[in-house]
Amino acid sequence: MNEMILKFPARSENEIFARNAVAAFALPLNPSLSELSDVKTAVSEAVTNCIVHGYRGRDGWITVHCRSEGGRLDVEVVDEGRGIHDLERALQPFFTTLPGEERSGMGFTIMQTFMTDFSVESEEGSGTKVRMSKDFGQKAERNAG
Amino acid sequence: MKLQSSRRGDNLYIYLSGELDEHSVSSLREAADRLIDENAGLSRAVFNLAGLRFMDSTGIGFLIGRYKRLKKYNMGMYLESPEAGTDKILSLSGLYSLMPKI
Repeated sequence: MNEMILKFPARSENEIFARNAVAAFALPLNPSLSELSDVKTAVSEAVTNCIVHGYRGRDGWITVHCRSEGGRLDVEVVDEGRGIHDLERALQPFFTTLPGEERSGMGFTIMQTFMTDFSVESEEGSGTKVRMSKDFGQKAERNAG
Repeated sequence: MKLQSSRRGDNLYIYLSGELDEHSVSSLREAADRLIDENAGLSRAVFNLAGLRFMDSTGIGFLIGRYKRLKKYNMGMYLESPEAGTDKILSLSGLYSLMPKI
């Protein structure tokens, strides 16, 4: 079992650092290149959501909490921003609250598709917590079988 | 992010390289739109994604935005040589039905 907590300001320049840090943390679990790419993309989506939707350009902090154990990576991405008004709609593919900004509305769909487990908790005015897990290699194959 | 271009016959080729995310997209958007405007009248634009090491859903929004701009000029849009990770996102989002992979 290993653990890591990253806390950084909600600025878009930190997205690349956050996804690469989580990927580096996951390396001892021997992920395939494709599994590692999935994790980087899902983390990038979650962190982007904090910046674009949670804080909407205002200052704030993002916390990324990672745990690894037995071929499984758990990642939590937490902000203390405005929260999600209608979570059910936010989870629909192609739904976006910012249609004028070339947003695809695919962020949550990508997190759900690319990770083994996914859940989100949000409270308006308090913030949002995304929980994601990924099973790597043999563990993923065992669960699929 | 880096953007390079070339013109071959009636085609505008746009080569993207680097990591496409919320941070890098705004300068890329400006550069791509300038290129498209300068080459209005050609029949199609081909985005070559071979150098794109990373792309998240920001890239989907970026590509749809350029698709709309090209459509105003009656130019078709095509994608070529995405890496596996990029290809997975493009397939999942259904983007290839708007801008085929060649």
